[in-house]
Amino acid sequence: MSVNKEFVKFDKVDKSYDGKVLVVKDLQLDIAEGEFITMLGPSGSGKTTCLMMLAGFETPTNGEIYLDGNAISSIPPHKRGIGMVFQNYALFPHMTVYENLAFPLRVRKIPKDEADKKIDKALSMVSLQGFAQRMPGQLSGGQQQRVAVARSLVFDPQLVLMDEPLGALDKNLRESMQYEIKHIHENIGVTVVYVTHDQSEALTMSNRIAVFNDGKVQQLSSPDELYEKPVNSFVAEFIGENNTFAGEVSDISGGKCKVKLASADILANPISVKGKGERTTVSLRPERALINPSDKMDNIHKGKIEEVIYHGDHTRVRINLLGNSEFILKVPNSSSNLDIKLGNEIKIGWNSEDARALDPK
Amino acid sequence: MSSETKQILTTDGIPLEVSLKKAEKKNKIKAFLLVAPLLLFIIITYVFPIGDMLMRSVDDKMVTEMLPKTFKSMEKWDGQDLPPEEVFEAFYFDFQKLIEEEREGKLSTQLNYTKNGFKSIIKKLRRKSKSFEEGNYKEQIMSVHRRWADVEYWRAIKRRAPAYTYQKYLKGIDMYENEKGEIINVPEDRRVHRILWMRTLEIAFFVTVFCFLMAYPIAHLLATLPMKYSNLLMICVLLPFWTSLLVRTASWMILLQQQGIVNDFFVMIGLVSDDNRLEMMFNKTGSYVAMTQILLPFMVLPLYSVMKTISPSLMRAGKSLGGTPFVAFWKVYFPLTIPGIGAGCLLVFILAIGYYITPALVGGASGTLISNQIAFHMKSTLDWSFASAMGLMLLSGVLVIYWLYNKLVGIDNIKLG
Repeated sequence: MSVNKEFVKFDKVDKSYDGKVLVVKDLQLDIAEGEFITMLGPSGSGKTTCLMMLAGFETPTNGEIYLDGNAISSIPPHKRGIGMVFQNYALFPHMTVYENLAFPLRVRKIPKDEADKKIDKALSMVSLQGFAQRMPGQLSGGQQQRVAVARSLVFDPQLVLMDEPLGALDKNLRESMQYEIKHIHENIGVTVVYVTHDQSEALTMSNRIAVFNDGKVQQLSSPDELYEKPVNSFVAEFIGENNTFAGEVSDISGGKCKVKLASADILANPISVKGKGERTTVSLRPERALINPSDKMDNIHKGKIEEVIYHGDHTRVRINLLGNSEFILKVPNSSSNLDIKLGNEIKIGWNSEDARALDPK
Repeated sequence: MSSETKQILTTDGIPLEVSLKKAEKKNKIKAFLLVAPLLLFIIITYVFPIGDMLMRSVDDKMVTEMLPKTFKSMEKWDGQDLPPEEVFEAFYFDFQKLIEEEREGKLSTQLNYTKNGFKSIIKKLRRKSKSFEEGNYKEQIMSVHRRWADVEYWRAIKRRAPAYTYQKYLKGIDMYENEKGEIINVPEDRRVHRILWMRTLEIAFFVTVFCFLMAYPIAHLLATLPMKYSNLLMICVLLPFWTSLLVRTASWMILLQQQGIVNDFFVMIGLVSDDNRLEMMFNKTGSYVAMTQILLPFMVLPLYSVMKTISPSLMRAGKSLGGTPFVAFWKVYFPLTIPGIGAGCLLVFILAIGYYITPALVGGASGTLISNQIAFHMKSTLDWSFASAMGLMLLSGVLVIYWLYNKLVGIDNIKLG
């Protein structure tokens, strides 16, 4: 069975609410069948608008959206057959859990015994058997969330949209729900488009992540690639922690470039710089820089420890390094690193490969 | 359990429960004192007048006090044949006392309510009784007029003996108690109150329906529009509250009269001919139009307050799950607005059922309600007890509606804002 690579296709989609500002600009996005794709971005970046356009509650100002090869812009939401989980669950408060789940089946005129089977299956999928006769108000937030997920899946849609579904839950519950949703996705193979502003949620759950900012997809790639190889400084900044140096490229050769900072030169990996004289922001993950490097790293500089924050399994150290007083290091909690004291001068080293020279901020 | 057997003590040895009660007592007194003025106000302005009204509607002491001896002597009379001499004697002495106090006119009015024909024979008795001799009053009174020899009239007097009566209530539904004590309908051509009751219910019902039909979309719009537009719309809804009721009703008179703006417009667009202008005032139409407009905010506000709390994502969820917009509305949105509908309908219906000024001004003969009849008896006929009786019937009608509503929808399900 060949997988449809363009199960959902945004083709040059623009969206504007007021005719002045484009909320979504020239969006080009293909989603494969069975994929779990997350739209990640700060609020106002256009990710929810994209989801609403896909669900049919907003119409694209320009361009077309295709679902399984069919243009859907002119199809009303109730005929699209797309399951949806809303931010505040949107369970019908006057119906029992059973009735909530039966709603999509009833409007599709599915016979009762068949519907009952589907409802049972959906409830066991979210391990809520025995809750069918409860009212949503009698359930906890996590249970309501699971009912909402079950309801969006009960009519066997090919595509399920989730709009920040875990936003209202507390941290522990959110984490366990992340795994639960991920397992459901793996088990039934439905295509999921998930919207969130929580990067850890996106990283743990998705096959691919589309990072939105300013109405555009900044980067579309797998979680590891997104974290390890951000293509621009917004993505590097938005995903995970990040140390940056702003400077100017003074030399570029052999897959390395020299970046001139105010006080020194550093070597970096040229990603989006092409030639000499360009302004750049060099991005370095905190865990890629080491204290007192023993092996030969091509960047070794001295910095002064300004702050030490104990985190249990690791210690965060803020260092003033090459004019950047916000340089963060994560030091594993092991005995060899006990000499970290406030005010000490220490040597920091990293490989130029991990220092990505990106577009200037 | 240990907590049941062992009493918990505070540090100074007093049982915790006692200590708590002592501490709470002060708060309770404070709370009571805070509501006391209002409680007093309600008792003086609401409970007391209504109690007085209730008493007035069943009070029939007037005749009882005017003929004390007569009624006492009548106790032994079986009402079959003419009463014995002692009754006539007692009646004579009661009557003489009334003549001295110049109250015999009132007696004749009162007895005439019970049976027609008392007025003239009392007048005649007053004239003739001056020359009565002592003893054998039966013969003397009976010779004044042949009706005094008719047992029916004595029975009529006896019927006024009790100090309390429910006659006024019977009259309120066009019934009365005849000489034999049977409760029967008044003749068809004299039934006015039942028509009024039915009309009151009918107008209140349709005004409620019209208000609901008009208010629902407005309230929905109010709840879903962006703030800056919804505020403006809200002011439009509330604007009538800031205008005097009388002014609003009067402006409807200007609009609806035969030479009024609405008729002018209909003539202009050729809907009706100039010599055949519509009668929209001094009939039911006038009451419907004006009352609907005046009571509309009372429907809009409860609906709005309920709709405001319904998340728009519920309708979206309904649609995304495959419901057509109508199904999503009917199965999801509408059931959630029922508390508001209940509150609004109850409010409008109860207000409409007792509406007075508007129907009095624009209702005409066929558009007046029971409250106008009550006012009529308060001001014109001065039959306050009848007015009270009808007022209480109206009140109990409202309570019945409230009870029905509670049975059908549940009063906890109501939401006024």
